[in-house]
Amino acid sequence: MPAATPTRSLELLLERAFPDAAEVRVVDRTGGGDHFQAIVTSDRFAGLPLVEQHRLVYDALAEPLADGTIHELRIRTRGPA
Amino acid sequence: MSELREKIRDVIETEPVVLFMKGTPRLIMCGNSDRALQALRALGAPVTSIDVLGDPQIRQELSSLSGWPTIPQVFVKGELVGGADIVQELAESGELGATLSSRLGDDYATGEERVVDLLTPAR
Repeated sequence: MPAATPTRSLELLLERAFPDAAEVRVVDRTGGGDHFQAIVTSDRFAGLPLVEQHRLVYDALAEPLADGTIHELRIRTRGPA
Repeated sequence: MSELREKIRDVIETEPVVLFMKGTPRLIMCGNSDRALQALRALGAPVTSIDVLGDPQIRQELSSLSGWPTIPQVFVKGELVGGADIVQELAESGELGATLSSRLGDDYATGEERVVDLLTPAR
């Protein structure tokens, strides 16, 4: 299995952190492999303020954030419809 | 608690709106810091900004206080509102204005901007 691209590796981390997520998507915003947009739609966010929703995403991506894989991360979270 | 962390906490707890950013309002060094600043400016919010680039220690102490790993960080009346994405999203939904009014009063929009330098001792 070829090594996952940075984008895919971030998606895998998010899929593991949000196994029930209706949507997990990571977009390489600039093509440079270090400016990402993460989009997560999950019931886990129900009733949580945005700060806590984003904090859960940061926790899931703590390692790539710390080791510089992610230079810039934009986050969009949505709870259940 | 380290002196720097205490200074950071003081600013967060005493200033109405605090923006920890990369650069200053006149010399913005990062797109996300700019996004947060413009969202606040659009509402005429008073902004007390701190340039985290002044000393890497600021960012470390701040993140250990707020539990938020990235810059910018916006606090209103001592409470973390979020980073650029949240501040922009709340501005677009009108929630940011509502938060500012409810926490600072309806006359919050003074549009004042101040840069606080944590490193030079206050005379």
